[in-house]
Amino acid sequence: MILILLFALIPVVWIVSLSFKTPATIADKSFFPNEWTLDNYETLFEGGLSESPFLAPLINSIVIAIIATTIAIVLAAFCAYAIARLEFPGKTLILAGALAIAMFPAISTVGPLFDMWRTLGLYDTYPGLIIPYLTFALPLAIYVLVAFFREIPWDLEQAAQVDGATPLQAFRRVIIPLAAPGVFTAAILVFIFCWNDFLFAISLTSSDASRTVPAALAFFTGDSQFTAPNGNIAAAASLVTVPIIIFVLIFQRRIVAGLTAGAVKG
Amino acid sequence: MEAATLKKPGGTSERTRSERKLGWMLCAPAVVAMLLVTAYPIGYAIVLSLQELDLRFPNEGGFAGLSNYEAVLTSSLWWQDVFNTLFVTIISVALELTLGMLIALAMHRAIFGRGVLRTSVLIPYGIITVVAAFSWQFAFAPDTGFVNNLPLIADDKAWFGDRFSSFAVIIMAEVWKTTPFMALLLLAGLVTIDAGLYEAAKVDGASAWQRFWKITVPLMKPAILVALLFRTLDAFRVFDTIFIMTGGAQDTESVSILGYNQLIERLNLGLGSAVSVLIFFSVFLIAFLFIRVLGVRLQEGRPGT
Repeated sequence: MILILLFALIPVVWIVSLSFKTPATIADKSFFPNEWTLDNYETLFEGGLSESPFLAPLINSIVIAIIATTIAIVLAAFCAYAIARLEFPGKTLILAGALAIAMFPAISTVGPLFDMWRTLGLYDTYPGLIIPYLTFALPLAIYVLVAFFREIPWDLEQAAQVDGATPLQAFRRVIIPLAAPGVFTAAILVFIFCWNDFLFAISLTSSDASRTVPAALAFFTGDSQFTAPNGNIAAAASLVTVPIIIFVLIFQRRIVAGLTAGAVKG
Repeated sequence: MEAATLKKPGGTSERTRSERKLGWMLCAPAVVAMLLVTAYPIGYAIVLSLQELDLRFPNEGGFAGLSNYEAVLTSSLWWQDVFNTLFVTIISVALELTLGMLIALAMHRAIFGRGVLRTSVLIPYGIITVVAAFSWQFAFAPDTGFVNNLPLIADDKAWFGDRFSSFAVIIMAEVWKTTPFMALLLLAGLVTIDAGLYEAAKVDGASAWQRFWKITVPLMKPAILVALLFRTLDAFRVFDTIFIMTGGAQDTESVSILGYNQLIERLNLGLGSAVSVLIFFSVFLIAFLFIRVLGVRLQEGRPGT
């Protein structure tokens, strides 16, 4: 048990510890800092929005992930509702297609997208990233939502109406509370997916206009041309990781439920 | 939704028709969004791959037939990268399966500390791959890393100076990142096994080892195969970790990095598209092999990494 926890935590603790090391001791090869400093964090934010190497990408990441997640959940919810509740030909085809897209190598779409976005003016813009994120997050969202929606007892809606509720009231008071956990879980999983992406971020952006954190990290420069940016990278990495860990801690039950929903309920 | 409707003789009812229409309408936006970035670009990629198109010399080039494919398939770099990718894929997935199974068994047995296990399993999932790659890279870098400080390891071992030690670190990072997900998939399969079977086996005198191989593994076969399928497809597309750790140097380049280099770094859309299309077909081939030959049943399958 403890071994597993250590296994999971060592790289995280290491990167946080690196972020506190002074430039002089960063090469001292010890696991924990011998000299502590907050300098690495300070340099990240120096210069405000225009100069800081980290602030703009951070905002880009947050905004893009939120927008992509919202749109993906809305589209997927409609689709999953239809698949879980209605009868129509093509249901299996859509699910199979979604699966196929999840297995798709994103690298194969990068070339054409690069060319298309340049022509359409979407290169290095928010929509330029949001659209591919939508495409690859939708299968995940649809599968999780279909699994959750299939578990909802839809007859409760009719029962509420028999008891005198209007269709809208029945939907709001009965269905929405039942569907909310599933939607929330799907949203978490999609957000993590968008937050994590690297390939599209480095291929379809070229400046802080829309570059997200993972891509920015790969192109970090140091304090001066002589210092390696390792301290700064570690600080930036810690800043984006620790919130996610706290997030995951709070919502662990939901996340596990979402990830295994399809596998168990099928 | 089971209210009886009078069916018109020989046709579908009004109700069914409107239900169908509603179903299609609700699904349409999602389907369009998914096809927009996959169907159209892959078609476009095929078109691009048949041309000689280098964005650095936009006025040269034109239809080139299969010459790009010829160039790629006869290039030793391509085959080297295929080997690299398969090497990393097979070893990572094998390790992930073993470790994932152990973790799944531990999680299944655990009564206390389930929450702790769950969290520790999800931390690698939530971390950005790039961040994890940096963490591992810094750990093994000869100048900043703590690994070389550990006993039994040479103080100046240059992990990234050599091909197979670089592979070792890359594989370790990949396994760290994705074993938790594998464990979760396997756990989902584990819980469906009836505990009574184990009881009966114990009464018959079966050892834990026998119980594992004669009960657990056979009954988990569908879940194992699905997990293997998804992880193999994922592992074949490895990019982030290798890009950050070595950039493909020391001959550790994967096919995805090759594609990226051709397309984005060298702006050779023709050649890069040929690489992309070949990667697409490789992934398709792997999926086909799994489904047809190994008989993976996709009803239980799901995307999600």
